Amino acid sequence: MRVLAPIAALLLVLGFAVWAYGVNYDAKDALDRVERLERQIAAEREAIGMLEAEWAYLNRPDRLAALVAAHPELGLMPLVPEHFAEIDVVAYPPPVPVAAAGFAAIAGSGEAPAPLTLRTEEAE
Amino acid sequence: MIRRPLRPLARVLWARDKGLDPDAEEAARRARALNRQRVEERRRAEWRLMLLGVTFVFAFGAVAGQMALLAATEPAEPRIARAAVPLTTTRADIVDRNGLVLATNLVTSSLYAEIPHLVDARAAADGLAGIFPELDAERVYRQMTDGRSFMWLRRAISPEQRQAVHDLGEPGLRFGTRQMRLYPNGARAAHILGGVSFGAQDVHTTEIVGRAGIERALDARLRDPARAGEALRLSIDLRVQNALRDVLADAMERFTAAGATGVLMRADTGEVVALVSLPDFDPNDRPGPVDEGARSPRFNQAAQGTYELGSTYKLFTAAMALERQVAGPETMIDTRGPMRWGRFLIRDFRDYGPELSLTDVIVKSSNIGTAHLALTMGAEAQQAFLGELGLLAPTGIELSEAAGGVPLTPANWSEISTITISYGHGITATPLHLAASYASILNGGLRVTPTLLAGATPPGEEARVVSPETSRQLRSMLRQVVTRGTASFADVPGYEVGGKTGTADKPRAAGGGYYDDRVIATFAGIFPASDPDYVLVVTLDEPTDRSGREPRRTAGWTAVPAAAEAIRRVAPLLGMRPNPVRAATRQISGVEIRGE
Repeated sequence: MRVLAPIAALLLVLGFAVWAYGVNYDAKDALDRVERLERQIAAEREAIGMLEAEWAYLNRPDRLAALVAAHPELGLMPLVPEHFAEIDVVAYPPPVPVAAAGFAAIAGSGEAPAPLTLRTEEAE
Repeated sequence: MIRRPLRPLARVLWARDKGLDPDAEEAARRARALNRQRVEERRRAEWRLMLLGVTFVFAFGAVAGQMALLAATEPAEPRIARAAVPLTTTRADIVDRNGLVLATNLVTSSLYAEIPHLVDARAAADGLAGIFPELDAERVYRQMTDGRSFMWLRRAISPEQRQAVHDLGEPGLRFGTRQMRLYPNGARAAHILGGVSFGAQDVHTTEIVGRAGIERALDARLRDPARAGEALRLSIDLRVQNALRDVLADAMERFTAAGATGVLMRADTGEVVALVSLPDFDPNDRPGPVDEGARSPRFNQAAQGTYELGSTYKLFTAAMALERQVAGPETMIDTRGPMRWGRFLIRDFRDYGPELSLTDVIVKSSNIGTAHLALTMGAEAQQAFLGELGLLAPTGIELSEAAGGVPLTPANWSEISTITISYGHGITATPLHLAASYASILNGGLRVTPTLLAGATPPGEEARVVSPETSRQLRSMLRQVVTRGTASFADVPGYEVGGKTGTADKPRAAGGGYYDDRVIATFAGIFPASDPDYVLVVTLDEPTDRSGREPRRTAGWTAVPAAAEAIRRVAPLLGMRPNPVRAATRQISGVEIRGE
C-alpha cells in the first residue's frame, strides 16, 4: 500500500498531463479551423459581391432594351398610359340563348330542363 | 543546542536531597528537553507542510477555477493572429430608391512587375502587349530593362486578363488585390453618380476617392468603414431615369439640340426622382477635359449650368401679386405695348390687346403684364421673394458640382432689373432651382429643398412661402396654360398636366448681346395639376423644330412636346394611372344586365 500510493499518484499525473495536452491541441486545431472558415467566408462574400455586380450589369437598361428589341415575339414594350384600362371596358358575357338549354335536355343530361329564361353564364 | 547549565539545576538538587541518581535524573531531564524539541520541530514541519499544501491547493484551485469560468462563459472568437484576409467592401454601394444597384465595388487584381524576379523580360513584354492592346511592347521592354526594380503595369485588370497573364508563366509579374468601382448602368445616371478615381495606392490595396457628383459630395459617408455594409439609398428611380434619358435623347436628336436637361422632382418632399443632362458620359470611363469652347459631357447642365430661364419666372411674379393681394386671378392688367421705360422698350411676343387678366398674362405669357406687376411691387419685395424661394443661392443638393451653380443676379437691382427679372431675363438659375421653386409654390406653399437621398420628410409650416389659396390659384393658371395657352402640346390625356413655357434667347458667350437663332427652351410642368405629385422641368439648348415650313424655336414647339412624351413614359412607371376620360357610351354588348 505504501508503495502503491506514489505509483498511483504518478499514473494519475501522467493521465492528467496527457488529457491537458490533448485539450490544448484540440484548441489549436479549432482555432485553425476557425481561421480557415473565416477565409472561406471572406472568399464567399467576395464571390457574392462579384455576382451581385454581374447581376446588376446583366440587368442594365441598355441590355434589357436590346434583348426586347431582339425578341419581338415576347411582345414587350415601354409602359404608356394606354396600357391602363377601366373595368368598364371589359365586356359582359353575352346571354345564352334558350335553345342551348333545350339541347342539353335532349342530349340526356338526366336533369330536369331549366325554366325558360334568358340567363348569363355566371348564373349557372 | 542544549545549554549546559553552569550550576546544578534545581531538579538535580532535589534528586540529591531525595537520594536518587542525579545522572538518571539528568538523563531524564535531557530526554524531556529533546522530546519537547522534537515536538516543536514536528509541529513546525507540520506547519510548513500545511502551508505548502495550502499553497498548492490554492494554485491548482485557481487553475481549476479559471477553467470552470471559461467553461461557463459564452465562447468569444479567439483572436490570436488575424490572417491577412482582404476586406470585400471598403466603399458603400449606392442603390436607387427601389434597391437597384447604381454603384458597387468589385474586387479585381492589379498587375505589377518585380524586375529582379523577371526571367525573360522580352517574352514578358510581348506577352503583355498581346493581352493589353494599349500597352506598347517596346516601351514596356525598355522600362523593364532601364534599371528600376518595381514597375506598375495596370491598375485594374479583369479576371480573364489575370488568367491570361498567369498563363504567361512569368514569375516576375505579380498581382495585387485591387478594388474598383463599377457602375453597371453605364451612362444612365452619370451626372448623379459622378465617378471615382484612385487615391493613394500600394500593392495590396488602394484608396477609391470620389471625384464628382454624389460620390464626391458624400465621399466621407461612403468611405466610412462602420457603414460600408449599408448601401446609400438615393431618391432616384432607375427606371424613370432611364425613360427620361431616352425621351430627352430622342428630343435632342429630333430638334437637333446641343443639349437637353430634365429634372423630375416630387413636389411634396423635393426628392429628385430623375436628373438627366445630355450629353453625358460613362462614369466607368470618365472622359478627360475638353478643349476650350467645346461642350464637356461632364458638365451637369441641370445642377451646375445657370441659364436665363425666361417666361417661367412669370409665375413667381404672379405668385407675389396674389400673395400680397396686389391682384387676383381675374384682375385686369395693362398690356399695352410696346412699353417704354427710360431708353428700354419692352415688347410682347404678339400684341395681346390693351389689357389682360392676371390668368391670361400667364396663359398667353405677356412680358408687359408682368413688368407692370413687378413695378407695382418693387425691387426689394421681388428680391426678398426670390430669395425666400432659394433662387438667389446655390441649391443644397448632394452633388459636388451644385455649389458651382450660383445664380447670377444683378449687382444693382434697379427698376429695369425688376422689369426684366419679372419675365425671367437678367437673372440666371439652374433647372434644378426652377424645379425646386415651382414645387415650393405649387405644393400648397411649403418650401422644399432638392435632395438626392431617399426618405426626405415633407417640410412643415415653418417653411411656408405662399398661402395654400395662392398655390391653388397658381395651379389653376398653369392648367389653363396647357389647356388653352402656350403649352397645348403638354396636354397628356388623363394626367391633368399644368405648366409654364419659357423661351429665352441665348446670350453670346463673348458678351455681345444675344443670338437671333439660338434659344434655351424650357417647360416647367406639374402633374396632376389639381394636387401635384411631381414637377418636371425640361430644358432644351438650341433646339429647332423643322416639322413645319419655317423653323420654330419656341418652347411650345420644342420643350413642350418633349416634356409631354416624358410624362407619357414616366407617369405609368411612377404608378400613376390616367384619370379615365368619360366616353359618351358605356354600353358594350347592348344589354344592361346589371344596374349600377
